[in-house]
Amino acid sequence: MDYSQFLALKQEIGLLIVFLLVFLYDTFCSPRSAKAVPMIATVLMGVLVAWGFCPVVKAPETAFAGMYVTSPVMVAIKNILNVGVFIVLIQSVKWANSEFTAVRRGEFYELILLTLLGMYLMISSRHFLMFIIGLETASLPLCALVAFDKHRYESHEAAIKYVLTAVFSSAILLMGLSFVYGLAGTLYYNGIAGALAGRMGVMLSVALAFVMAGFGFKLSLVPFHLWTADVYQGAPTSVTSYLSVISKGSAAFAFLVVLTQVFGQFYAQAWEWMLYALIILTITVGNLFAIRQTNMKRFLAFSSISQAGYIMLAIIGDNDMGVSALMFYTLVYVFSNLAAFGVIGAIENATGKVDMTDYNGLYKTNPRLSFTMMLAMFSLAGIPPFAGFFSKFFVFTAALNGTASAALYVLVLIALINTIISLYYYLLVVKAMFINESDSPIATFRSACSERLGMWICVAGIIGLGIVSYFYDYLLTVVA
Amino acid sequence: MFSNILIYFVVIPVVMLLGLFLCRNIKQIRAVAVTGSVVLTALSVWLLVDYLALRAAGATDPMLWVDSWQWFAPLNINLAVGVDGISIAMLILTGVILITGSFASWEIPQPKEFFLWLILLSTGVYGFFISIDLFTMFMFYEVALIPMYLLIGVWGSGNKNYSAMKLTLMLMGGSAFLMLGLIGIYYHSAPAGQPLTWNILEIAQNDAISHGWQTFLFPMTFVGFGVLGAMFPFHTWSPDGHASAPTAVSMLHAGVLMKLGGYGCFRVAIYLMPHAANELAWIFLILTGISVVYGAFSACVQNDLKYINAYSSVSHCGLVLFAILMLNTTAMTGAIMQMLSHGLMTALFFALIGMIYGRTHTRDIREMGGMMQILPYLSVCYVIAGMASLGLPGLSGFVAEMTIFVGSFEHSDLFHRVFVIVACSSIVTTAVYILRVVGKLLYGPVYDQHHMTLTDAKWWERVATAGLIVCVAGIGFFPNFFVDLIKFTFSPEIFTVIGLN
Repeated sequence: MDYSQFLALKQEIGLLIVFLLVFLYDTFCSPRSAKAVPMIATVLMGVLVAWGFCPVVKAPETAFAGMYVTSPVMVAIKNILNVGVFIVLIQSVKWANSEFTAVRRGEFYELILLTLLGMYLMISSRHFLMFIIGLETASLPLCALVAFDKHRYESHEAAIKYVLTAVFSSAILLMGLSFVYGLAGTLYYNGIAGALAGRMGVMLSVALAFVMAGFGFKLSLVPFHLWTADVYQGAPTSVTSYLSVISKGSAAFAFLVVLTQVFGQFYAQAWEWMLYALIILTITVGNLFAIRQTNMKRFLAFSSISQAGYIMLAIIGDNDMGVSALMFYTLVYVFSNLAAFGVIGAIENATGKVDMTDYNGLYKTNPRLSFTMMLAMFSLAGIPPFAGFFSKFFVFTAALNGTASAALYVLVLIALINTIISLYYYLLVVKAMFINESDSPIATFRSACSERLGMWICVAGIIGLGIVSYFYDYLLTVVA
Repeated sequence: MFSNILIYFVVIPVVMLLGLFLCRNIKQIRAVAVTGSVVLTALSVWLLVDYLALRAAGATDPMLWVDSWQWFAPLNINLAVGVDGISIAMLILTGVILITGSFASWEIPQPKEFFLWLILLSTGVYGFFISIDLFTMFMFYEVALIPMYLLIGVWGSGNKNYSAMKLTLMLMGGSAFLMLGLIGIYYHSAPAGQPLTWNILEIAQNDAISHGWQTFLFPMTFVGFGVLGAMFPFHTWSPDGHASAPTAVSMLHAGVLMKLGGYGCFRVAIYLMPHAANELAWIFLILTGISVVYGAFSACVQNDLKYINAYSSVSHCGLVLFAILMLNTTAMTGAIMQMLSHGLMTALFFALIGMIYGRTHTRDIREMGGMMQILPYLSVCYVIAGMASLGLPGLSGFVAEMTIFVGSFEHSDLFHRVFVIVACSSIVTTAVYILRVVGKLLYGPVYDQHHMTLTDAKWWERVATAGLIVCVAGIGFFPNFFVDLIKFTFSPEIFTVIGLN
């Protein structure tokens, strides 16, 4: 065996080292020094972020007989995930050290790092066995994380829902893959693509539908979204923010890879229309349900459902621009959504309030938090000059690339009209904070250093990512 | 990048925003707002003088001070700037209204936040008028729209939450169509094999958008901008929005922002897709014709001063789009004159209404009367504004409407003739609602004895109103000056080049 192939797994090995260090420290440190676990984990994650940018991968490298592949695109998407996890960890320091969480704070960090490893493998795999291992590594620890507040009823309920849907969706996905295996006789992505060439049939359609449904659950696309709101609401806020950005971003990219690499040749025959339907349903239903939410976490759950629809829109283009638009959208979405969750988490930690009505008059008492929240909402809604505008614009541009059909223009128009609906409910949050009066507003409080640092990073991203063209250009050069 | 003068129209507002962050008290805030807007206006006047000098010296480019800096290279998105006479006229209009608006909101509560949003809005407006790149144009367009929500929601009056939301969503709805149209234009901007572009001048030169695509993209962009130009049936945001907005915001919105609609309709929809404009103009002529007449009649039955003026804006702005759609030199020149005239006149109206409302705390004309005895200065200003609105010679309204109707009547077919005559009738209706207000509000007996204690305009209110009246009269007395400014863009040669009839 050629051990040099392990060198291709630079980022995975780095992450594994970080995980082991945190694990060992958490296990063997004295109870007094356990307070440092969140800090150590966060700093190590920061080192990992830096490490991710260091090794220059110029061309695709493979390992394990082609089951694993890494390339500049993979490195870039993993870096995006790293940055997101880093922000999540920064924002959760205060929560992790709080009274009820302190005893098991180490587990929070270990599980998060472990799921990230799973997502790495999911993205990098070129063989469905590897893919499933990654997927399960990413899903199962998340169930434990969702149930983290074990004294809260909602957290239990959320965990049960998450376990069941995760298992169910994996089963559906495996079912689809077993059909594919039966048809192609191999589990390598390129092997399947080669074996299935020109063999469009009923069996393959069914298999494809199962695979898409499996991914639909992971990405919480409508009509596979029913678990999302309850899980987001029940899980601790740090876990929810992790679920909504990192888990979603990695699943979206893995979906893109599977669709284009394995089933790319059947785009026009089989899954183009399925994807159209999924996108329209996801964006519209997500938006319409978000309007009626009053709990901020449920609200962001539905908003993230509709955002997933926009991410999918980038896949439609099926070209370099689409891939880079998807990555850029994910990047911007990480920063915008984490800014929103940062504010929600800070307010929840300080006062325990998560209802939209609690936010009435927030600007009078906590202007900076309100401002951050407003930027996040504007960015999610796609208002210039914030990054969300650019990412939406690029997604739409990518979707209409080249010789776009009239149906595609209609699809984009529907998506555009949906941005107006989404603007309505994002403005409801702004309205609550800036316009509504309140008899008992949230008292003025100073959020923890770590929370403020997290929000500053997010705000810098929201303002800088779009205006500074470097990031989009970089992603496009990486893809090309 | 900073060697081009145009970029300062965006840089100065951004500097003003930073300055406002540092302000400690209301005096500094006022100083920043007034100084900044005076500098911007001075800059645009200097631009005007220079522009006329360059044209006189024989410059024949469609746009001057053209420059372009790369932004997103893979999509060929640039920050491209350039102005012609129309843009310069709009820049001056924006400057004047920004100055007078700052004076009109001299004692606004929470001044720091208010001016922050107001300056952000004007950043968008300035950026829009100097851009010749569709992407940046669209970006600045949306930057100008979103501050309206908070400006109306926080500082507004009446049913402000509803109005703010309605206005924002309707305008953003328009921009959804617009975005689709612009992306569509981009993908058809160049003949096969050549690099695609967002630059308006290059797209017009390439003339590569096929007839089929033009008939699809023209309505998209025209409706997109038309929503902001208060085109029937997308005008309903305007009365509610203007009625609820604070004074300076009504001024800026009716005075400048609605002009973005007309400007965009010309600059993007008609200029880039002339064939579709020739074919489809009749549909939009009907819609804008309805705007003109319907707006005027609605204004007749309203009792709220701001609603009256908002509907009158629908009518007058409808006339702008109406004239643009006539697609001939005279009418389009008239349209630009009308933009200027309506911008100044309606800003004057809204300023006066704000001042009267600040004193009487009612805008219902049934609850006021005899203001001429109590507030003589404001009342005289109101009469002047009214006269400008109904087209008294010597004031701006007459020049603009005269040009529009003369130009429109050049079309000799029955359809156009009928519509011009119908639109002309709005002048009579305008006289009805203006004189109704003047009669009830200013003359007659004093309705409420409490009003007798009111005091007339303070100095900053006099500055605001007098400045606007000077401009209104200036256009009325020296229309040729402004016609010279815009005639080059509408010269018949250019019309033939881009294929308009």
